[in-house]
Amino acid sequence: MTRGFLLALLILLAAAPVRANPARDAILAAFATQAKRDDPAFAGFSADRGKALWQANHSGGKPETPSCATCHTKDPTAAGQTRAGKTIAPMAVSMTPDRFTDPEKVAKWFARNCNNVLGRACSAAEKGDIITYLSGQ
Amino acid sequence: MRSIAAFVLALLLGGQAMAEGSSLPALSDPATLKECGACHMAFQPQLLPMRSWRAIMAHLGNHFGEDASLPEAVRGAVEHYLVGHAADAPGTAGGRRYVRGIAANAVPLRITDTPFWRNAHGEVSEASFASSGVKSRSNCVACHRSAASGQYGEVE
Repeated sequence: MTRGFLLALLILLAAAPVRANPARDAILAAFATQAKRDDPAFAGFSADRGKALWQANHSGGKPETPSCATCHTKDPTAAGQTRAGKTIAPMAVSMTPDRFTDPEKVAKWFARNCNNVLGRACSAAEKGDIITYLSGQ
Repeated sequence: MRSIAAFVLALLLGGQAMAEGSSLPALSDPATLKECGACHMAFQPQLLPMRSWRAIMAHLGNHFGEDASLPEAVRGAVEHYLVGHAADAPGTAGGRRYVRGIAANAVPLRITDTPFWRNAHGEVSEASFASSGVKSRSNCVACHRSAASGQYGEVE
């Protein structure tokens, strides 16, 4: 009985695609509220959209940083490197579990890096997509 | 004969440079360590004059090609620390060697542009700086392993 319950729990945990964390959930919920305000047709975040945004080369930002992958690499489970040569811990939540749990840190780095890569602020929907993508990595 | 004398002199001078190195107080301000250190080693403020730190901290929106913006309260606190410990700040001892040769009207934005840094790295090849383990002239710790604690010994 107990063994069966543990087994079921293990299967459930292994199957969970997105790692839950109260602080991260709250950050995502705030972005979802804003996304709905921006666009009443908003129907939830998409890891696929987040992945596309992460992997793409963009042209609107600073020439040194056309993509998230420029510094973070195309594989979010790998460590990245700043342009000054410092190691960046992986953005994937599976590798760095405290990613996207500090609202001020999240706000600071999206503000900087969306400007660096896209040359504009990211929408709440884009931020939520990115976090959703990286939470499943 | 003259070339031998020149060789010996070069050896002696080289030995002197090797013994020199640089020793700076470890940077201890938590905000400066955290914010500057997020992307690169938090460089010791003694390596630039006050006017340089003011200029750098006034343009964080485009910090060497990157947006490194900070909330104003944090930005101001970091600038205060950097300017207060700059090479030519009133309380800095021994800072003159780092700003010697900088024109009075020049505002170097890179430590690597100062005559002090250039003299100290004259023998390092472009290929060494570009190698994957170094990547950037700003990556002091790639060669000076204890640079973050202020110890810049001569690299073998």
